[in-house]
Amino acid sequence: MSTNYDIAETLDVTGESCPMPVIKTKSATDELDAGEVLEVLATDAGSMSDIDGWAAGTEGVELLEQVDAGDVYKHYVRKTAR
Amino acid sequence: MMGPDPTDGGDGATTEAALREEVEALRDRVETLETENGEPKKLTIIATQGTFDMAYPPLILASTAAAFGWDTVVFHTFWGLDILHEERSRELKLSAVGNPNMPMPNALAVLPGMDRLTTRMMEKRIADNGTATVEELIELSLDSGVDLQACGMTADLMGYEADDFYDGVTLDVGAATALQHMAESDVQLLV
Repeated sequence: MSTNYDIAETLDVTGESCPMPVIKTKSATDELDAGEVLEVLATDAGSMSDIDGWAAGTEGVELLEQVDAGDVYKHYVRKTAR
Repeated sequence: MMGPDPTDGGDGATTEAALREEVEALRDRVETLETENGEPKKLTIIATQGTFDMAYPPLILASTAAAFGWDTVVFHTFWGLDILHEERSRELKLSAVGNPNMPMPNALAVLPGMDRLTTRMMEKRIADNGTATVEELIELSLDSGVDLQACGMTADLMGYEADDFYDGVTLDVGAATALQHMAESDVQLLV
């Protein structure tokens, strides 16, 4: 697990379920500058496939890594230049 | 890879070159179309149901589609209008009758107060699960640019006034407009 990113923001959506992790991730990335990385902490198991699918279908974001840390799912999303 | 057509009596190399040329041309065409069609996807949902459980699918899909950057319209008609009705949306009921998945026989489910009981049970589950409320999903959808539309004709039929709906709801929408949105959409759903 190589989580050596320069994390600009951390979004905590632990305890929240579908569709909130994706929606809040989208809002949080809107606030980032190009190149910045958002860390998302979630407990919703569905966030693994949801954030993956969202990032694949959304312009201007790149999913760097998803980590199943046991009690929490960590997602790293970079905002790319538009 | 496609080889030369064995039924082609002509020169195999020429056929392959022609195919390559055709594939190149098609590739260019696809690229052009993809660039031209850089518009966001569009989703139209028709929400016709006003029970507690049926309020969720359109709102969850619509708010998520907005997060994808999709152009999203939800056309609410008949009981689906209750989802947009500020007061009624907070009192949506889960029907205990006619739902074979309910842990009670229909003969019990018809008793007074049973819908309230099953609705409370569901509300508790939703809270425990960290699932958003209907009201939260409506606010979220409106904030993220989802066009929540109220059908004009059925609003009249139900006796609902403009003030009854959440601020930001598009009022007095007709079937022709709904059809137009459906025709322009990549995804259309009736809930």
